[in-house]
Amino acid sequence: MTKPIYGVMAEFDNPSALVNAARAAREKGYRRLDAYSPFPIEELSDALHLHRNMLPLLVLIGGIVGGMLGYALQYFVAVIYYPINVGGRPLHSWPAFIIITFEVTILFAAIAAVLGLLGLCGLPMPYHPVFNVPRFALASRNRFFLCIESTDPLFDHDQTCQFLETLEPREVSEVAH
Amino acid sequence: MADEPQVIDSPAAKKIIAPGYTFGTVTDQIASVVLTKKTPYVVMGAFAVALGLLLLFLLAVGLLFVKGLGIWGVRTPTMWGWAITNFVWWVGIGHAGTLISAILLLLNQQWRNSINRFAEAMTVFAVVCAGMFPVLHLGRPWLMYWLFPYPNTMGIEPNFRSPLVWDVFAVSTYATVSLLFWYVGMMPDLATLRDRSEHRALKVTYGILAMGWRGSARHWAVYETASLLLAGLATPLVLSVHTVVSFDFTIGIVPGWHSTFFPPYFVAGAIYSGFAMVLALAIPLRSIYGLKGLITDQHLDNAAKVMMATGLIVGYSYILETFSAWYGGNVFEQSAMWNRMAGPYRYEYWVLIACNVIAPNALWSKKIRGNSVLLFIWSLIVLVGMWLERFVIIVSSLAQDHLPSSWGVFHSTRWDWATYLGTIGLFLFLFMLFIRLLPMISIFEVRTLLPQAKIKEETGE
Repeated sequence: MTKPIYGVMAEFDNPSALVNAARAAREKGYRRLDAYSPFPIEELSDALHLHRNMLPLLVLIGGIVGGMLGYALQYFVAVIYYPINVGGRPLHSWPAFIIITFEVTILFAAIAAVLGLLGLCGLPMPYHPVFNVPRFALASRNRFFLCIESTDPLFDHDQTCQFLETLEPREVSEVAH
Repeated sequence: MADEPQVIDSPAAKKIIAPGYTFGTVTDQIASVVLTKKTPYVVMGAFAVALGLLLLFLLAVGLLFVKGLGIWGVRTPTMWGWAITNFVWWVGIGHAGTLISAILLLLNQQWRNSINRFAEAMTVFAVVCAGMFPVLHLGRPWLMYWLFPYPNTMGIEPNFRSPLVWDVFAVSTYATVSLLFWYVGMMPDLATLRDRSEHRALKVTYGILAMGWRGSARHWAVYETASLLLAGLATPLVLSVHTVVSFDFTIGIVPGWHSTFFPPYFVAGAIYSGFAMVLALAIPLRSIYGLKGLITDQHLDNAAKVMMATGLIVGYSYILETFSAWYGGNVFEQSAMWNRMAGPYRYEYWVLIACNVIAPNALWSKKIRGNSVLLFIWSLIVLVGMWLERFVIIVSSLAQDHLPSSWGVFHSTRWDWATYLGTIGLFLFLFMLFIRLLPMISIFEVRTLLPQAKIKEETGE
C-alpha cells in the first residue's frame, strides 16, 4: 500500500463541464466530493445538494440577541443605573430607545453573518491538501476542479481515476495529504 | 495563459462588459494593476498631492490639539460651523457605496458587479473622514470614549434620548458593517492575488488575508447566503444612518431644522453626492488603468441617471422646504427661509440651487451622459453643491435663530480650510493605497458577467 492520499482531482476548463461532472459523480454514488470554481455557480450547488445552510438561523439569533442587548443597555442605564428626572418625564421613554436598538440589532446580525460564514466554511484554514496540486492555483482564475476524497466509501484509486477520465477532463491528478 | 489573447475592445452600447473577455483575461487585467503593472506617473503625482494634503491635515489637527477649537471659525452662535458640515457631507458620500453594493445586489442589477468594490472602498474611507470631524469638534478629542456607555468611576452615562448619541451608534455601526461587507466581498479576490503573485512575501500576505479561501462549492453556497444577508442588513442600515444624521437637526427646535421631511431629503442628498463621488473616481480610474472594457460608458450612464434622479428629489425637497415654511405660517420658519435666500448666506444658497437644482437637469441629455469629461465636471459641481447645501442648512439656521439679539455671522478660518482639504487628502491617500494594494474591481463578480459563465445543461438525462 502506498502513502494515503487526500483524493483524486479532475480539472475542467469550463463551468458546464464541472456541473455535469459533479452531477455524474453524485449519480455514481460518490458523496464525499467537492467542486472548486473561480466564481459561485448556482447549478453546482444544486448538483451537490448544498442549498441548505445554518447561516440564516445564526444571523437571526445574532439580530435578536443584539436587539435585546441594545434595548436592555438603554433600559438599564436610563431607568436603573443613572436615572435623570427631567420635569417628571417617564424614565422608560421607549420611543427614544428604538434607534439604538435597531442599530445594535444590525451590528450583531452582521457580525454573526461574518463569523458564521467563517465558522461554517472552517476558515481561516492555514493548510489544505488541495493546494498540493500545482495546477490548483488556477482554481482562482479560470479552471474548474472536482475532487473525490479518499474517505468516500466508494473510493478506489484506480476505479475513481477511471471514472473521472470518462468525464473528459483536461487532467486527472492525485491530491497528496 | 498564453493561449488566451488579451482582448480589450471598446464595448458596444448598452453592454456592461466588452466582448472578447475570458475568465483568464479579466483576472489578469484586474490583478495586474496590483501585481505587475508599474504605477502610472499620473497616479504618483496625485498620490504626492494626497500625501501633501494629509500632512496638512496632521498639521491642522496637531495645532487644534495644542490651541483648541478657537483656531476654527466656530463661535457663538454658529458652534457647528464647518466641522458638522464636513461630517454630514462625508457620511453622505459614503452612502452611494452601500447603495451600489447592497441595494443594487438585492435588485439584481448586474452592472453593479464591476463598480461595487471601489464604491465600497469609497464608503469606508468616506466614513473614516466623516468620523474625524465630530471627534475633533468635541473640544477635548482625547475623551472621545466618553461617547460610549462603559462602566466608569465617574458614575455617569450617555443620554440615550439624545440624537447625538444615536449618531454615535449609527455611524459606528455603519463603519463596522461597511468594513465587514467590504472585506467579505474581497476574500475570493484576495485568494486570486495569493495564487497569482510570484513573490513569497506577497503570497504570504495575501494568503493570510484570504484566510485559506479555495473556491469550494460548499463555501460558495454559504458565501452567497452571507452576501445576500449582509446586503439585506446593510440596506435598512444605510437608510437609517442618514436618517439619524438628519435627526441631529430635526430633533432640535432651531428654525429651518425642525421638520419631518428631513430624513428622506437627507438620504436622497446623500446618494446624490455619493454617486457624484463614484463618477469622480471612476472616470479618471478607468482611463488611467485602461479599464474601459470593464467600467463601460453604460456604467457611467446608469450612475448619471441615478445621480439625476436623486438630484431631482433633492430639488423637490428645496421647493417643499420653501413651501412649507411659507404655508406653515410660522414666522420663525419664514424668516429663516428668507434669511437663507436674501441674508448673509445668499450667495452660498443661490450657488447651491444652481448646482443641485439646475445643473442635474443637463443630465437628461444623452450626449452629456455619454461624454465622460463633461460627466466628471458635473460630478464635481454636484459635490460642491452638496457641500454648500450642508453648509447653508447648518450655518444659516444657527446664525439667525429665534432671537435677533444673539445673531451672528460665521467666518471660516484658514484652519477650517486646512482641516477640510486635509480630509480630502486623507481620503485620496487611502483610496490610492487601496488601488495599489487590493483589487479595485471585484474579479469573481465580473467573471459571472461573462457569457461563458452560463451553464449549458446536458439534457435528456
